[in-house]
Amino acid sequence: MTGPFLLLHEADNVLVARLSVDQGTVVALQDGAITLSRPIPLAHKIARHDIALGETIYKYGMPIGIATAPIYAGEHVHIHNIRSAYTATHALQDADGTSAGVSL
Amino acid sequence: MTSFQGYLRSDGRKGIRNTIVVAYLVECAHFVAQRIVAGFEGEDVQLIGFPGCFPNDYAAQMMDRLCTHPNVGAVLFVSLGCESFDKVRASNTVAATGRPVKTLVIQKSGGTQSTVAAGRTWVREAMSRIAEVPRVPMQIGDLIIGTVCGGSDGTSGISGNPAAGRAFDLLIARGAACIFEETGELIGCENIMADRAVTPELGEELRRSVQKAERYYATLGYGSFAAGNAAGGLSTIEEKSLGAYVKSGESPISGLIKPGDVPPSGGLYLMDVVPDGEVRFGFPNISDNAEIVEMIASGAHMTLFVTGRGSVVGSAISPVIKICANPDTYRALSDDMDVNAGDIIDGNRSIDQVGAEIFDLVVAVAGGAQTKSEQLGHREFILTYKSFDPIGPACLPAHA
Repeated sequence: MTGPFLLLHEADNVLVARLSVDQGTVVALQDGAITLSRPIPLAHKIARHDIALGETIYKYGMPIGIATAPIYAGEHVHIHNIRSAYTATHALQDADGTSAGVSL
Repeated sequence: MTSFQGYLRSDGRKGIRNTIVVAYLVECAHFVAQRIVAGFEGEDVQLIGFPGCFPNDYAAQMMDRLCTHPNVGAVLFVSLGCESFDKVRASNTVAATGRPVKTLVIQKSGGTQSTVAAGRTWVREAMSRIAEVPRVPMQIGDLIIGTVCGGSDGTSGISGNPAAGRAFDLLIARGAACIFEETGELIGCENIMADRAVTPELGEELRRSVQKAERYYATLGYGSFAAGNAAGGLSTIEEKSLGAYVKSGESPISGLIKPGDVPPSGGLYLMDVVPDGEVRFGFPNISDNAEIVEMIASGAHMTLFVTGRGSVVGSAISPVIKICANPDTYRALSDDMDVNAGDIIDGNRSIDQVGAEIFDLVVAVAGGAQTKSEQLGHREFILTYKSFDPIGPACLPAHA
């Protein structure tokens, strides 16, 4: 797959941003084109296709967590809609990757 | 064969630096030790120490290993006088290696000013003595190299860590011993990692070490996961782990060691950094430098440090090579970074090309070239309380 998102493994249901991608960008996915509803920072993930509640998330071809909500194709996949199968993730309010925690 | 000049020590090991360490033996002696070191700006005199007043076998062993590390030429211990650290035993350990060693006790040396003056005089004398340490040819097979990641983000597992893993494979193929660690950041990788062990029994030990980490962190209520990891796109500990795991490259795993155990031969080793027994002294390693110090205690001549969010640290005793995984971070902090693995994300270079650059840099730094953190004067050091049981017989199969 070309463009701003990388598919790291054929078995994956997420894609990884190889640069910061603007809201409104049209992205071609396997089930058709989607429009990003929010900016996706470098190295954050989007859903490769629709993911059901409770489904395992795969990256590098390996399980990295479990969906805590239905996730639509092209949606940001992160701590608000997946959880660890091991220990809970500790994050601050800048976890969306766009809001700075401090003034610059 | 690639060769460079090393410092030959009495135990046969060879160092790539000839450092004088000034070691405080309790926090109460920290300031005086720091003032002694401050008299040698720009010279190779470095501060290490242990802050606690209560005795701890782990800390004592770590100090022994650090003070007799092949990069160390001489040791000055600075004691307040009433702390529990066994300074006589530590001093005898160093003296037995032939290194110049001295212990100053502040309570018997007239206080701050006269101890600082006496310390500086001794260090100056030791400097001329260690200038006589024999220089000998050294090969890649003489090296022990560690790797850590710190300030990881979603780029670390795609660029910096795979490139570091490629460098590990190149080093191991030439006889070096390489150490990867932080079993708390291998949670989720235990089964694929166990399959790489040279024996099934070692595989079982590797699996158990990660299960121990999982239990330990569950008790503490936090995984080995900082808030900045999430801001950088990592969502779960297992996602972070999979990215961290690729630092180990693709070589077979030759053994499992604990902090202070020196790899007995070349190959790839996992360091189990999580304490044994009940949870006692807090988090296994409270920050990146605590991990780096443990690899140095196991003989690491230098450390490959992969960062995504951007760390600036170096280390006392052994140089740190900083590999920046994130191209945006590299642009922001390039003065602190030795390698731009962000090139892989930008599509300018391959993982193999960056891996080869890291390998070449390891050889150059072993030959005396200074890393960015060395040039900037970074010499971070931290040592805290921990406790370990010795490794079992299945952990080093080739040497059982």
